[in-house]
Amino acid sequence: MTKAKHLNGDLISGVALAALGAFIISEAWGWNYMSEEGPGPGFFPLWYGIAMVLLSLLLVVRSAVKPGAAEKLDWPGVGRALISWLAFAIAVVLLKPLGFLLSFALLTLFVVAVMYGRPLKTAVAAAVGNAVGFYLLFVLALDISLPVGPLGF
Amino acid sequence: MDVLLSLGHGFAVAFEPLNLFWCFVGVFLGTVVGVMPGLGPAATIAMLLPLTFNMPSTSAVIMLAGIYYGAKYGGSTTAILLNVPGESASVVTCLDGYQMARNGRAGAALGIAAISSFVAGTVGVVGLMLLAPPLAKFALSFSSPEYFALMSLGLAMVVLLGGESLIKALLAMLVGLWIAGMGIDLFSDTSRFTFGHSELLDGVDFVIVAIGVFALGEVLGNMERRGEGTLLPVPKGLRNLLPTLEELKACRFAFLNGSIVGFIIGVLPGAGSTIASFISYGIEKAVSKHPEKFGTGLPEGVAAPEGANNSETGGALVPLLTLGIPGSGTTAILLAAFILWGLRPGPLMIQDNPELFWGLVASMYVGNIMLLILNLPLIPLFAQILKIREYLLYPIIFGISLVGVYAVSGSLFDCFLLAAFGLLGYGMRRLDYPSAPLILGLVLGDSMERALRQSLMMSQGDPSILVSRPISAVMLFFAVVLLFLPLFRRVNSWRLQALEENG
Repeated sequence: MTKAKHLNGDLISGVALAALGAFIISEAWGWNYMSEEGPGPGFFPLWYGIAMVLLSLLLVVRSAVKPGAAEKLDWPGVGRALISWLAFAIAVVLLKPLGFLLSFALLTLFVVAVMYGRPLKTAVAAAVGNAVGFYLLFVLALDISLPVGPLGF
Repeated sequence: MDVLLSLGHGFAVAFEPLNLFWCFVGVFLGTVVGVMPGLGPAATIAMLLPLTFNMPSTSAVIMLAGIYYGAKYGGSTTAILLNVPGESASVVTCLDGYQMARNGRAGAALGIAAISSFVAGTVGVVGLMLLAPPLAKFALSFSSPEYFALMSLGLAMVVLLGGESLIKALLAMLVGLWIAGMGIDLFSDTSRFTFGHSELLDGVDFVIVAIGVFALGEVLGNMERRGEGTLLPVPKGLRNLLPTLEELKACRFAFLNGSIVGFIIGVLPGAGSTIASFISYGIEKAVSKHPEKFGTGLPEGVAAPEGANNSETGGALVPLLTLGIPGSGTTAILLAAFILWGLRPGPLMIQDNPELFWGLVASMYVGNIMLLILNLPLIPLFAQILKIREYLLYPIIFGISLVGVYAVSGSLFDCFLLAAFGLLGYGMRRLDYPSAPLILGLVLGDSMERALRQSLMMSQGDPSILVSRPISAVMLFFAVVLLFLPLFRRVNSWRLQALEENG
């Protein structure tokens, strides 16, 4: 069994969740476990933190003992998903300075033109169409207030 | 006999042209807000409340109740077509509804959701009418230990919601409990897991996690592919747009299960339609002859949670109208509306305001029929969403998700959280962690902790209080049986294997 084969998703996620469980336990340790009135704020987190550590260690041990056929990761695919997520996260950051409609239009433009490689004309039309559609439906028809940019929309 | 006479009087009230009109307005608006993620019935009723001050109180109640149960019909639409739960209780519908859409049965899934909603919604109204007073008394006998046991039973459903790995399902559920615990602890004013962000003091809204994990996680997973994948098949012809007789037959038990479970859970204040839909889905899977097919697009997997979700409305109105206890955010706003109109929901409500109570009950029958007539013809129209190309659809889902989250709180911080949960949802999908247990832990975590701590306060720290009361003991017993079910199955399969090898 090679070392690379052990490096599968279960092992990595198991270690990460064990770390999260340990963090929960350490935080809960600092809060009151039991007081005169009854259980304190540390009571419940301590128990689910312990359960999380035990279960994730079980997952780690299981994946180390029986690694199975480690799935070959489609790195280009994962990269595409992460770039899309990054674009979404940047659109969220831009909500305050640019407003919803503009940042949403830019996100649409990026997805259509870059992620799906459509012609720029199509991407611009989609961006404008989406922004106008959302404005008509949510802002005008449903009166939902969305973040407004310097241009007033 | 009295009930029938009163109901007859109620129908006379409900069929007045003005009340019919407001009933239609209510169910129509409800359907629309149900389709929109994040814009729930509670917010809509709160927004429209001032407009009802000049209306007769009966018409106003009929309209606002119409929004309440209408939203539950609409909530399934985006869950089935886009994997975006229109409202919290539609999360479970995503599991099989979206898979049905992927299998080319989007129309059938929408039809089953509408029919199940109609059947269960009607059963809920019958229950409200007949069982309101005795059930309200039974619900009053529930104290913290019983609520803790109920929540434990709900959490044990993780066994049925998990995918291939029970360990991963349990871990996802524990992460849900952790997220549910974020914010101020109401017992001690201690802030927990807020990482110094004051925005987290109120906790994390369920909608953010549900939309992030389900909708964004799905979209990001699909965007891994270079170029466009195949579009979801659009059903063609009336035959494919509506459920077949076989599918409806398969849903017989699910209609009943959803109706009964939804109503009973609805009567219990604080339990809510999301829990009702999870439990009815779990029961459906537990009694099914092919539980392994759940999550791959089974009609029963749509009918049971949708039924429970709608029947819960009738149940939730029981404690509201007969005891004045609101069981959810929406019923709390309805209670505020009653008080603003000078009405006092409570044991004397039916006696003092028969016109309003029976008018409302009768209008719910009428409203359910209106919703069925309104929703079934709209299925072909909704199914057209599946024709939208990926490169146009995904930005729209991103946009709807953002609007849904921002509309709830008006907080940009919540939009950042949405992005974070989107990444979490994608990671879970990639690493084969089921999403439903995370949502289950999130929904139940807060109430479960509260019930457990209150129980232990009642008993001064003695945990035997949880098993010494009959109702809670029975529910905890079933929870334990459910949790150990996979172990029994595995031991049995080992035993059979050993017998085969020896024989």
